Amino acid sequence: MKKDLKQRADQKEKKNTIPISEQTNSSFASFKNVFIEVAMVSLFAVRYFKEMFKPPFEFKEFLKQCYLTGYRSLALVGITGFIMGLVLTIQSTPTMAEFGAEAWIPGMVAVSIIREIGPVITALICAGKVGSGIGAELGSMKVTEQIDSMEVSGANPFKYLVVTRIMATTLMIPVLVIFSDVISLYGSYVGVNLTDKVSFTLFFSKVFESLDFIDLIPAFIKTFFFGFIIGLIGCFKGYNSNKGTEGVGQAANSAVVIASLMVFIIDMIAVQITTLFS
Amino acid sequence: MENREAENKEVNDNKIIVEMKNVKKSFNQNHVLKDVNFQLNRGENLVVLGKSGTGKSVLIKCIVKLIEIDSGSLMVFNKDTLTLKEKELNEIRAKIGFLFQSGALYDSMTVRENLEFPIRRRSKTVTQDELDSSVKEVLENVGLEDTIDKMPSELSGGMRKRISLARTLILKPELMLYDEPTTGLDPITSQEISELILEVQKKYKTTSIIITHDIKCAKITSNRIMVIDGGGFIAEGTYDELKASDNELVSSFFK
Ligand SMILES: Nc1ncnc2c1ncn2[C@@H]1O[C@H](COP(=O)(O)OP(=O)(O)OP(=O)(O)O)[C@@H](O)[C@H]1O
Ligand SMILES: [Mg+2]
Repeated sequence: MKKDLKQRADQKEKKNTIPISEQTNSSFASFKNVFIEVAMVSLFAVRYFKEMFKPPFEFKEFLKQCYLTGYRSLALVGITGFIMGLVLTIQSTPTMAEFGAEAWIPGMVAVSIIREIGPVITALICAGKVGSGIGAELGSMKVTEQIDSMEVSGANPFKYLVVTRIMATTLMIPVLVIFSDVISLYGSYVGVNLTDKVSFTLFFSKVFESLDFIDLIPAFIKTFFFGFIIGLIGCFKGYNSNKGTEGVGQAANSAVVIASLMVFIIDMIAVQITTLFS
Repeated sequence: MENREAENKEVNDNKIIVEMKNVKKSFNQNHVLKDVNFQLNRGENLVVLGKSGTGKSVLIKCIVKLIEIDSGSLMVFNKDTLTLKEKELNEIRAKIGFLFQSGALYDSMTVRENLEFPIRRRSKTVTQDELDSSVKEVLENVGLEDTIDKMPSELSGGMRKRISLARTLILKPELMLYDEPTTGLDPITSQEISELILEVQKKYKTTSIIITHDIKCAKITSNRIMVIDGGGFIAEGTYDELKASDNELVSSFFK
């Protein structure tokens, strides 16, 4: 019996080993695909910057998109922000207490939230909510010929749909991040008060003590890039989605996956750049 | 003498709205249009019959340059579509109404916004009063005045089709391209739409290409019928001429 199993496992292994030549070939093909994809996204971005400065400007549609991406995400971003601040504080209290450093908690939490956790978590949530929404919406407009219809009726669908959405995410995600940071700090204040009695003014004076204005700027700048990339990937995937409802699902899905990955990559680059300059 | 010839030519040119010569179009290995030749004269209703997947939709998308032809020549309003500048292309598109096979209503807009959209794009100076009266007029034409504040998702399939027809008619285009205007509608509505197409031709002096499988619609609307198969047109004539045809494929449409 045991032997039998082992044999089967061996067989399975044999099946799974593809000749090396084929392996390199397929990995080469997927590498090539990634390369082509990157090139296409870059062209898409170039086109965005070209069209952005060309009149007429679709101001009304832009405001609508700001409302949809910004206002409609407030609740979600607020709740997650509050929980983040609260949990981070509760989790770090015992360790800090061991060193008798409870007084440092507000400062430590504030630095980690504002520099890192706030921007990244908010961007990831928006990649999920806003990015997938844009991917699905533009994807279904594409497969039901609405984009073609816009084009023949004299609108520039790239301007009307893509430029307005990317601009909206680029401007709204930073706003959402600030909102999330503020709520997170409040969550942390609540967390501190679960075990201790710290006044609101004392808590926030500790927070501002630990924050340097210079620290805030890179953290704020990178959120614009997060917003830009979320809009860009969502629009790219939707605008180029394949025919059929399956294509729409794929567009939404890969918009989220790729945008989330890009958020981390941008974050990494941002860290490198800020350490280089400080 | 020469002057006269030139004049004659101009009159002729003005009579021909669309002209295709040896047009080819392939998608990778899929050769959809192999050799398409036809002329569309001013004021006529040309019906195109053909099996599913023979490239009828591709044919009319080439005319508005949503799809670019691979080779051959395609003249629309006496302009060569291959060498059009963006501005010229927009001028041509402004004269063309395109009814998409799927309707293509904008999901995120109400019926009113859908109908206003093409007008706002074409003219910056239009007043709200003018908009309202145009919208009212086309909605009356298709008999759906009470849907004005609904979203497309709240409408039935036939209603959506009629609203998209209204949206195409609202600019009173010189050339109308109907992609299966009656498919999926009940016989009564189909007949109404067919009569509406005929009425539009008379009232606004439009020229039309009508793609359809619906032989009743072809009978009502057509001045001339062409049958497409295997990448090119295989038969041409009036309704009665083609009905008497002994070609198996052609006669199968008339059963
Ligand atoms: N954008 C495109 N990319 C690739 N292939 C296409 C594209 N559009 C159409 N085709 C192909 O061209 C062929 C003709 O399609 P078309 O939509 O013109 O058919 P049709 O005659 O309108 O059929 P139906 O009556 O079903 O609408 C099909 O084989 C289709 O797969
Ligand atoms: Mg078709």
